[in-house]
Amino acid sequence: MSRNLRILLNGIIAENPTFVLTLGMCPTLGTTGSALTGMSMGLATTGVLICSNVVISLIKNFVPSKVRIPAYIVVIATFVTVLQFLMAAYVPALNALLGIFIPLIVVNCIVLGRAEAFASRNGVFPSLLDGLGMGIGFTLALTLLGAMREFLGSGKIFGLEIYPESYGSLLFVLAPGAFIALGLLIALFTKIRTPKAC
Amino acid sequence: MDNLLTISPSPHAHTKETVSGLMGHVIIALIPAVLVALYYFGLGAAIVICTSIIGCVAAEYLITRYVMGRRPDIRNLSAVLTGLLLALNVPSNLPIWIILIGCVVAIGIGKLSFGGLGCNIFNPALVGRVFLLLSFPVAMTSWPEPVVNRMAYADATTGATILGQLKMGLINPGDVNLLDAMLGNIGGSLGEVGAIALVLGFLYMLWKNVITWHIPVSIVATVALFSLCIGAPIGVEILSGGLLLGAIFMATDYVTSPMAKSGMIVYGVAIGLITIIIRQWGAYPEGMSFAILIMNGVTPLINRYMKPRKFGESKAK
Amino acid sequence: MKSSIVNMVLSLGIITIAAAAILGGVYSATKGPIEEAALAKQVDAVSAVTPAFDNDPVAEQTLITPEGEERALKVFPARKDGKLVGTAVESYSMNGFSGEITLIYGFDTEGTLTGFEVMAHQETPGLGEKMGVWFKPAEGEPGAEGRTVIGRNPATTNFTVSKDGGDIDAITAATITSRAFLDALARASRANQTYVENETGAVPAAAVTGATPKAAQPAPTPASEDSVVVSETETNTLVKAEP
Repeated sequence: MSRNLRILLNGIIAENPTFVLTLGMCPTLGTTGSALTGMSMGLATTGVLICSNVVISLIKNFVPSKVRIPAYIVVIATFVTVLQFLMAAYVPALNALLGIFIPLIVVNCIVLGRAEAFASRNGVFPSLLDGLGMGIGFTLALTLLGAMREFLGSGKIFGLEIYPESYGSLLFVLAPGAFIALGLLIALFTKIRTPKAC
Repeated sequence: MDNLLTISPSPHAHTKETVSGLMGHVIIALIPAVLVALYYFGLGAAIVICTSIIGCVAAEYLITRYVMGRRPDIRNLSAVLTGLLLALNVPSNLPIWIILIGCVVAIGIGKLSFGGLGCNIFNPALVGRVFLLLSFPVAMTSWPEPVVNRMAYADATTGATILGQLKMGLINPGDVNLLDAMLGNIGGSLGEVGAIALVLGFLYMLWKNVITWHIPVSIVATVALFSLCIGAPIGVEILSGGLLLGAIFMATDYVTSPMAKSGMIVYGVAIGLITIIIRQWGAYPEGMSFAILIMNGVTPLINRYMKPRKFGESKAK
Repeated sequence: MKSSIVNMVLSLGIITIAAAAILGGVYSATKGPIEEAALAKQVDAVSAVTPAFDNDPVAEQTLITPEGEERALKVFPARKDGKLVGTAVESYSMNGFSGEITLIYGFDTEGTLTGFEVMAHQETPGLGEKMGVWFKPAEGEPGAEGRTVIGRNPATTNFTVSKDGGDIDAITAATITSRAFLDALARASRANQTYVENETGAVPAAAVTGATPKAAQPAPTPASEDSVVVSETETNTLVKAEP
């Protein structure tokens, strides 16, 4: 396996931000009421993650190490604010749906975590791949969790009715359901990832 | 994993108590409450109780065998007890499919996902009950009126419980007929209506040394005192809702309650306080199940600081 | 890179200046579209609840403060051929299950409710959230008569939930949200009444007088006009979306 492919896959499976690193739990629990919102949140985070990884990798040699964290935060916050302006202008409905969780990407541990752990030590192209891989891993996890909650909670997946809504368990639409569904998914993912350990 | 045994230091006193024996006593203690439920809710009660017990035993057997790959042990009656308690915590017109979901959640998530009997942190029947309450709030809060619905199941006429009506300001505390509440002639979940029957069960369990008085008495006393302090109607608070059922049968579950007597008192007082706080200022009219589950979560901490005296240990200075 | 006070100040300064420049650019580029989107949302909501009109209700909006309250409501007049055919009132309630609920209600000139849209809320999904569909059921849906509010007039309907002795069936297991919904409706209706009185000088049908027993207040009378604050807002100079 080439090094680049391994970097890309790292974020999707081996170090999946949600199921393995359990980073960024706030949007994971807060925006997965449906598959669509989960996926949108994942994609928005992916966008920020790629941009911030690339820029931080570019500036890493010019930033003194004592002020690198404030510098990274400014870079990340800039991209998040740009994203929020764009969403408010062109997809206002989605922006209203995700609400506070878009500005909260600034403090998402994955973004700063990858900046510190990967982008500040690697070249531009690997950083881009790392951002992409982590973003895809995050998006897949959120979409899966959103789909599971939407299916169990209201009988739909991406708004497509599978069974009548009146048979759905409302709990999965509510916040406690997010914890239960996430716990079940992490258990399943761990079992698949490390078949011998348990 | 199975052959790793954890053995506590000696002495190992042997008694005739067995798991199935204890569970059996609790089930016997529940018989008066079951009879009251059958008398007032008739057919619906019978359907709910049977479905729930069969569902829980089947869930225990199937999940242990096919998901966990272990030899199932359903003869210890713990699944039967969970099923019975779950049934006593739901309205008598609950559709069968909802009961079955409750059974799978109670046994699967509430008990077996923690490792099975003795390993669970939360009372399985309450996990099932709260899951259903949050998932199907409409079905779980439409309680059939007693007596008139004996032969009805799906099409019973329903109403809110006394606590629900008080919360919405539909009735005054003075309007509540406490005699009806004692006998069970009120709307509510199967097992929460007959106060006298529940107390009979309590006395039986005390007589058989299945439980001690600490938890139930501290819960009820706290509720009475706290209600007095804030001016809530004491009789209504104690006799209605799942308070007695919870205090006697759910909060006293061995696995999920503290071991030491002092711990039991702390646990009981906290349950009483949380229950009244939820009833008075929370969104839900009844807070007993939430209070017990919250304190289940705190039990390990209580056990850490309030250990029972070890055999042979002299009283600490 | 080794840190010194000079290079720290310099690098952070450059980064923040660059960030500020980017943000300024994006802000001015998206300012127009963002305002258009907000306007379009309001126009959509107004046209969804009022009878057909040919003016620009958003541009003609007025602030009305219902009697005995502090906060003004936005009233959007809908006109056809210059004649008032109805109004849309953006109302709110603080009595919801969690936080404020914002709704927009449409009335015809008689004060009859012609429609409503939920603008913002934080009610429980699956329970209180259902207010958007519960109170305007499709024709022939079971229980539709008990809960529909559209086509009813405050003069002939008691807009309180049936548990409180009113004519409207509350959302199952979400009585609090239902009361808040009707509270906002009552507020909108009072603002609408005031507006129509000012506009036509006529006295329309009586307004709803409070959705909850707690909120019950004496009906505003024409004599109390001096206590009603009416102020024209500045005409909206933004790009106007077609209604």
